[in-house]
Amino acid sequence: MAYGPHTPEDRAAMLEAIGVSSVDELFADIPADLRASDLQLPPPESEVELTRRLRDMAGRNRVDLASFLGAGAYRHFVPAVVDELLLRGEFYTAYTPYQPEISQGTLQTIYEYQSMMAELTGMEVISASHYDGASATAEAALMTCRATRRERVLVSHAVHPHYCQTLGTYFVGANLVADEIPLVAEGPAAGTTDLAALERMLADVDRPVAGVVMANPNFLGLLEPMAEAGSLAHAAGALFVAVVEPVSLAVLASPAFYGADIACGEGQPLGIPLAYGGPYLGILGCRESLVRQIPGRLVGMTTDIDGKRAFVMTLRAREQDIRREKAASNICTNQALCALAASIYLAAIGPHGLRDVATLGAARAAELENALAEAGAPRLHPGPYLNEFAVRVPHARAVHRKLLSRGVLAGLVIAEVIPDDPSLADALLVCATEVTTAYEIGEFAWALRDEIERGRQLILPGMADSHVADSQSAERTEGGAR
Amino acid sequence: MTAAGDRLGPTLFERSRPGRGGGKVPHPPKDTLSRIPSDQLRAEGPNLPEVAEPELTRHFVNLSQLNYAVDSGFYPLGSCTMKWNPKVNEWAARLTGFASLHPFAPDELAQGTLQLLWEVEQWLAEIAGMRAVTLQPSAGAQGELTGILMVRAYHRSRGDLARTEVLVPDSAHGTNPATASMAGFATVSIPSAPDGGVDLDAFRAALSPKTAAVMITNPSTLGLFESRIGELLAAVHAAGALAYMDGANLNAIMGRFKPGEAGFDVMHFNVHKTFSTPHGGGGPGAGPVGVGEKLLPFLPVPRVLREPDGLFRLERPGERTASIGRVRSFAGNTGVLVRAYAYLRAHGASGLREVSDDAVLAANYMKSQVTGVLDVPFSRHCMHEFVASSATLKAQTGIRTLDVAKRLIDYGFHPPTIYFPLTVEEALLIEPTETEALETLDAFVQALRSIVDEAHSDPDLLHSAPHSSPVRRLDEATAARQPNLRWRPMTGRQMPCPD
Amino acid sequence: MGQDLRYTKEHEWVRVEGDLAVVGITDFAASQLGDIVFVELPEVGRSVSQFSAAGVIESVKAVSDLFAPVSGDVVETNAELAASPELVNSDPFGKGWMLRIRMTDAGQVERLLDKAAYEDLTRVG
Repeated sequence: MAYGPHTPEDRAAMLEAIGVSSVDELFADIPADLRASDLQLPPPESEVELTRRLRDMAGRNRVDLASFLGAGAYRHFVPAVVDELLLRGEFYTAYTPYQPEISQGTLQTIYEYQSMMAELTGMEVISASHYDGASATAEAALMTCRATRRERVLVSHAVHPHYCQTLGTYFVGANLVADEIPLVAEGPAAGTTDLAALERMLADVDRPVAGVVMANPNFLGLLEPMAEAGSLAHAAGALFVAVVEPVSLAVLASPAFYGADIACGEGQPLGIPLAYGGPYLGILGCRESLVRQIPGRLVGMTTDIDGKRAFVMTLRAREQDIRREKAASNICTNQALCALAASIYLAAIGPHGLRDVATLGAARAAELENALAEAGAPRLHPGPYLNEFAVRVPHARAVHRKLLSRGVLAGLVIAEVIPDDPSLADALLVCATEVTTAYEIGEFAWALRDEIERGRQLILPGMADSHVADSQSAERTEGGAR
Repeated sequence: MTAAGDRLGPTLFERSRPGRGGGKVPHPPKDTLSRIPSDQLRAEGPNLPEVAEPELTRHFVNLSQLNYAVDSGFYPLGSCTMKWNPKVNEWAARLTGFASLHPFAPDELAQGTLQLLWEVEQWLAEIAGMRAVTLQPSAGAQGELTGILMVRAYHRSRGDLARTEVLVPDSAHGTNPATASMAGFATVSIPSAPDGGVDLDAFRAALSPKTAAVMITNPSTLGLFESRIGELLAAVHAAGALAYMDGANLNAIMGRFKPGEAGFDVMHFNVHKTFSTPHGGGGPGAGPVGVGEKLLPFLPVPRVLREPDGLFRLERPGERTASIGRVRSFAGNTGVLVRAYAYLRAHGASGLREVSDDAVLAANYMKSQVTGVLDVPFSRHCMHEFVASSATLKAQTGIRTLDVAKRLIDYGFHPPTIYFPLTVEEALLIEPTETEALETLDAFVQALRSIVDEAHSDPDLLHSAPHSSPVRRLDEATAARQPNLRWRPMTGRQMPCPD
Repeated sequence: MGQDLRYTKEHEWVRVEGDLAVVGITDFAASQLGDIVFVELPEVGRSVSQFSAAGVIESVKAVSDLFAPVSGDVVETNAELAASPELVNSDPFGKGWMLRIRMTDAGQVERLLDKAAYEDLTRVG
């Protein structure tokens, strides 16, 4: 076995002490008719073979393109000190700090994480972390139902579609209702949540609303009228949930400032690698009055019996191992190591550095906006944004694919994630951060102009062909899946 | 521990001085934010710590040294499988191709990761005898929720709306009943039989047309294999219900028992237990779920598919309408699954079987050595863990399991899981895992012997333990009555730094 | 422990004051729970039915429901417990009281356990 220490002599000594002659005897409780068939798996690999295989697989991913892809996961600079410290075995090979006397390292770092997130969001209470932005948002919505004893939440159509879908999955199980607030179709507020519609939905007295969930910036990168929406929610007796992006909070108004009761979001931008979707960091925080509704771990400061300051997991009686079927959630882990990454990142970057990260992203994004507009891809919405926005590109799906072969990952084809919204049919969602270079922006704009030009020259035939090819390959692959 | 490392230190906030740190990011152009309306902007920057890299590094290095960890010592934490976390796994997860891949990267840019995920699914399905596996759930508890939501969808797809109950033995992990509640089911708790196993008659009596599923941990949380599992599964299926297996204890049975073959319909895996991914001080983990034929249509989206031409892709939105939907963003905790893949490949079929054999051997060896030191309530062979109890010791000396656990810290060991399962008085659940040397196992048993002696000769020493740790027993009542959950400027005055 | 009190099997006590019932948990229950850190009480005006859950009592390591021993309307709750939940440990029959309920059926009290019956229960349990 690759990592086991036992020699044949060790095994013989243990068998003798137990009083059996073979390991098989220890499995006698498994009924003969239920014993496993042989494992049909390859043989073990030495570390030489294993590292060769892994390096080869990693090499088959393409991460060398000029990328303008965000949409909920963002490329950022991570100071070298972050991973250096994360690799300390005392952190990453420790268990949940149930024995506080020998877990002060983990406990203090979680307390510091809670404190820093509290500073960013303005919330009084921050959980020790959840799985990701999607599950944190679902838990936030469930909190509003518990706190108000109502059974319906309203979720903006411009909250990340994965979060909406996850929330929907959680709500079906809990027999609760989630209704979607539409977006403004046109005019200066196009692409943001329709407040008039929100007001109408809140006015339905037969179906009282527990919580209103909106994202700022929203999935399309736009800044939302959070203060107004929060007031509408509160006037109807509902709680207001803000889905936020933590780097943006260095410059944008905080959830506490505009009156949110609960803040949640994805902490990946704080020093956590993209890693094809995880592990990430679910941020969840709330006002003090909701502290007993928040699911997940909390770490608090206290003293030991000698009066020495120390940290401990607290308010644990809400959790599944004690409350069982009455627990606020079944969650029994947090993303401690990812929260640690975020803490080290924030401490290394510092408050001014974080402001620079957010502002530099905004500056690069403005350059990107101009370059793409000149290339023939203007913004889809007129409202203010920070560092991400949608552009209109004819035949967006085909152009996006063409650009891949030219070394440009041209953001997200929005229709691939939100297929049912005609207003987003020919659009790309693009973003820039502090690591985006002027050269990359130039490459993107140049290649995009070229593709749009070609599309015009070939007029319909070329594009029509590529559409046909697309749908054929979709049919073929669906068949192959069965 | 170093001289500096065994002391508590100030928080980052206490270390902060205006003007320290910086130099990581270039400064942006001045008027960049003028295009954003001022009411959307933050008036004052967040009050985050300002520290320079040397003190930042020492802060976290010193904090790390206050932790107990697998890298520093033996961690016999029952039901947690604190096995060795191989270093090559960490290297693998950090390969640029894996770590820098965006979750919305088109399939053609993600073939390496997609193939890896697809292979992990195949390996786990084979180990569990299941038809297919989803890697989406972020942790075991989310895997349970995914599994039970699929059970719900299955019954509904058959128009069977009467099934509102989930049966759970009283020895189960707390996540089982909490999961059933989250999925909208009522939990019916079934008492264990006197031998610690499932009480077949009690289950038979509770099974009805209202039963949606039965959740079984096998081996049980007592470390015992449910020898009547075949009869139980037959009864469950005869009642029209489905059988969920909590895979927390899979480390005992790889190559010996495949839950899917035996008739379980769905199970979750804890890769941070069985497949050596690090616990990280409480996460992240990953909680893949395996299903049999019946639940196949309901797997969450997106699945990883292999095309006939050998290329891999993610399912597209709307491609499989019976699915329960998404349980999280993107494709899963891929970074964790890279580590699990490295572990699977390093072991292969023979190695995985050997893992379970050695885990069971080590646990039975420890059990034979602990017998006579503490109570060992179940005498039959155990699987990868066993329950001991301080009930007799408590009756003789007043020393409780908590005191024994805290005293073990002074001997340099992490305590076992205590007061779990709830069905055994003064329980200690001991799981040595397969990666601890014989000398370590013997040293732990010797420490237990010494502590039992101390319980008779110097009980106060145990009541006040631990003595050698950075802090001693904590005031948890005040922590909960007056929660201090975030740093504020006055915190330092009210509770000054200990050094 | 007062002679004039009645008890439930779930360890609540009741003292009758006219048509009001004063409710708390017994010293036995408080010591079983350990250090009590939070008591969640119903809003004033809520009507409760006998033996339904009316609140939650939380200690460091356990949580227990507070069951209404009688049916009626909650007319007052002990506001002091919000800041000082430890009163339930230090003075369970006095300052640690929890609810005042205006009873709809005073006869329900008569059918609860008397002191001797409750003492039997806790001796066995």
